[in-house]
Amino acid sequence: MQRRLKIGVLCSRIRVEEKWIFGALEKRGIDFDRLDDRMISFDLDDESSWHQYDAVLERSISYTSGLYALRILNAFGVPTVNTVAVAEACGDKLTTSTLLMKAGLPQPRNLVAFTPESALDALEKLGYPAVVKPVVGSWGRLLAKINDRDAAEAIFEHKATLGSTQHQVFYIQEYIEKPGRDIRAVVIGERVLTAMYRTSPHWITNTARGGEGELCPVTPEIEDLCLKAAQAVGGGVLAIDLIEHPERGFLINEVNHTMEFHTLQPLSGVDIAGEIVEYAVNVASREVVQ
Amino acid sequence: MSTITCPECAAEITLEAGTEVGEIIVCPDCGVDLEVTALDPAAVQLAPMEQEDWGE
Repeated sequence: MQRRLKIGVLCSRIRVEEKWIFGALEKRGIDFDRLDDRMISFDLDDESSWHQYDAVLERSISYTSGLYALRILNAFGVPTVNTVAVAEACGDKLTTSTLLMKAGLPQPRNLVAFTPESALDALEKLGYPAVVKPVVGSWGRLLAKINDRDAAEAIFEHKATLGSTQHQVFYIQEYIEKPGRDIRAVVIGERVLTAMYRTSPHWITNTARGGEGELCPVTPEIEDLCLKAAQAVGGGVLAIDLIEHPERGFLINEVNHTMEFHTLQPLSGVDIAGEIVEYAVNVASREVVQ
Repeated sequence: MSTITCPECAAEITLEAGTEVGEIIVCPDCGVDLEVTALDPAAVQLAPMEQEDWGE
């Protein structure tokens, strides 16, 4: 008799998305373990216990814990959703930008510097306003819209003095006058499942910061761009954030590899949790080549 | 249905059916974030502060 598939779900804080995923696994009668990333440990000389899982679905709230867990699991040969390569490509905004650039995909103009002085020089060339983002970070944290040189000097000095070494990577992006909204689309494998506008009077439209969701039709243009963006970072279960530029059209702003969908699932009526589980099962049964 | 006491303000809080270990609930009295650490019997502790690398 063939052994039943078993899936590990790596998580920490249980958000509504994880509850929906657990529910989708239970509904399909799939054997699974919850793996709390605060409780587990890895022995690099003994991988045997990890091979009980045909795949591990990574839903860590901490990018760092998730990334290193994926690195070890993939080194053990345990398939994961997503792979460590995809997590690495998406978790660091500068890495994402370089992959989008290599793929020739449209994105906001980005400048990078490593000291406050060179960052200021770069910004002066780009012009104001501009946006400075940490290369790792989510939920709109520590984004700064810089309107003039005085603000730039202050922000760069604060980052250099107060931030970790990672904040010494000055990742500067052109400010785009978007129409009070951006677009989030969910891609799983080769399909764009659904999309929504995230609307906010604030320039940060993230729903974690109070932005509101409204269904966005997946046009052929959005579909094509999202699939290409997903492919550029390695593919899997992804959320693509698009900005509408008044002249250049859709630009890819971010690609997320452990997306939240508490707004989009009820709004769209699409069972995103169920689709994630189906994809993880396909990875577990080796029907998806990673 | 399980009832717990908020460690911050001592309010009595009833956990909803379907609550999971690891879930964050908000104390309706003082607004603090609490992490559910056990269900039988129910227990909570103050939720960890948001870290810089948290999110999606």
